[in-house]
Amino acid sequence: MTMRTSLIRIACGIAVLAVFAGVAPALAETAPSTIDAADTAWMISATGLVLMMTIPGLALFYCGMVRKKNVLATMAQSLLCTFLCSILWVLIGYSLAFTGEGPFIGTLGRVLLRGVGMESISALAKTIPEALFMFYQMTFAIITVALVAGSVADRMRFSAFVWFAALWLLFVYVPIAHWVWGGGFLYTAGILDFAGGTVVHLNAGVAGLVAAYVIGKRYGYGTDNFAPHDLSLAVIGTGLLWVGWFGFNGGSALGSGSRAVFAIVATHLAASMGALTWMVLEWWTRGKPSVLGMISGAVAGLGTITPASGFVLPWHGLVIGLIAGAFCFWACTKLKQMLGYDDSLDVFGVHGVGGATGTLLTGVFATAAISIGPDTPQGLPGLLEGNPRQLLIQLYGVLATLVWSGVMTFVLLKLIALMVPLRVSQRSEIEGLDLTQHGEALQ
Amino acid sequence: MKLIIAIIKPFKLEEVRDALTAIGVQGMTVAEVKGYGRQKGHTEIYRGAEYAVHFLPKVRLDVAVDDAQVDKVVDAINNAAKTGQIGDGKIFITSIEHAVRIRTGETDTDAL
Repeated sequence: MTMRTSLIRIACGIAVLAVFAGVAPALAETAPSTIDAADTAWMISATGLVLMMTIPGLALFYCGMVRKKNVLATMAQSLLCTFLCSILWVLIGYSLAFTGEGPFIGTLGRVLLRGVGMESISALAKTIPEALFMFYQMTFAIITVALVAGSVADRMRFSAFVWFAALWLLFVYVPIAHWVWGGGFLYTAGILDFAGGTVVHLNAGVAGLVAAYVIGKRYGYGTDNFAPHDLSLAVIGTGLLWVGWFGFNGGSALGSGSRAVFAIVATHLAASMGALTWMVLEWWTRGKPSVLGMISGAVAGLGTITPASGFVLPWHGLVIGLIAGAFCFWACTKLKQMLGYDDSLDVFGVHGVGGATGTLLTGVFATAAISIGPDTPQGLPGLLEGNPRQLLIQLYGVLATLVWSGVMTFVLLKLIALMVPLRVSQRSEIEGLDLTQHGEALQ
Repeated sequence: MKLIIAIIKPFKLEEVRDALTAIGVQGMTVAEVKGYGRQKGHTEIYRGAEYAVHFLPKVRLDVAVDDAQVDKVVDAINNAAKTGQIGDGKIFITSIEHAVRIRTGETDTDAL
């Protein structure tokens, strides 16, 4: 190619670009809504990440820790939550959780996503399509229900679990989501729960604890060998949960930008510190650092930072992660033995304790500079910045969640028990749930 | 004809197989089993829950031999499988009443 030809080609390219640049502003002027492309793109990704946390993240995390004869049944619970809760969410869940201004519950205005069009926006997430906000929230509902299953792994009847998933979603998750995020009484009281310390983790943890008490201990608990079938699956699951959490906490910024980034950084630091703390504690008290300990610590850190992630400085994530690792370690080893419950996969010890702790710590560490925005021009400070009242509001939220989740879970389980036994028969439990509930077995 | 049953430590399998091949043994059956003798098991701890694991993984070898070969085979297995540590295993010798090679129909010593 000669110099002349190159110059002609460059000139033509610039001319083409100029034409497009001239046209582009005209195109921009015809776009009407407040939907921001960057926010939407990130939130679509975040939605995918959070769904991945359930399938296969949680499915693997849980199934690796149960006995071989129950692996498929444990996965079935996560699978069921995914598809059943998705449908119920669209049918009625989203509407009841995220519409209206009622203190306790939403309206039926968005049943079957009626009125949700391409330009629809929710007042709770003004820069993304409402359909996306609905979908993102769906993935949170799914994983919360799936978490509860961990407490009653190895013994809950699948048919009872199907009932439980549907009813618990509608009567426990939806109301609490409305209270905290959907404009309900905790929202108006000023609770700070960025991504679900109360709505997801404390909620699931308490429900798991109640379910563990109601359904009772596994046959052979305390005497038989219940060693995890394949911890490598649990580790893989942890990886998916850890990375997925960037969508869980980062996406709770409901937009792309520094808020999301700070939330993700705090999240990652809390996970790292949680894992390190648990590892060190276990090494010190038991002589060896177990892999199960490391992943438990990481998940404890992740659950605990969840409510705080978008309200605190990233380095607070280190402190919160340390507290999470230590406190959840104690809960899963000492508290569990003291109270004598069989929470198969430590949903209460990790998510329940972590969620409550994190929600309260949010009231301590909340930093005004992080939360300055159009609706909050002064930001939202916590105890360390001279606002002790926030801690009380956090406590209020923790208690409300604890009571509703605990009582309603108990009521629902008793109701379901009238229709179908909550537990499989002892013979089925011995033979294994894969074969008896699903007619399948790992070969 | 005798059936020699040996319970050995799993990592010794290849050594025993080589030793038996060297003295002319042409076949064997191997199974992964669990067991214990005087060797105690170990404890595993999962998030505060301790489990005593009594059964240790072992390998069981079954070798069918002619009466004349028994001592040679037992010695070969013994020398190859021994470590001197507790848990080395045991060898049992039982009688075989009758044997058949499925492919050809040969019986007894011809089947070995």
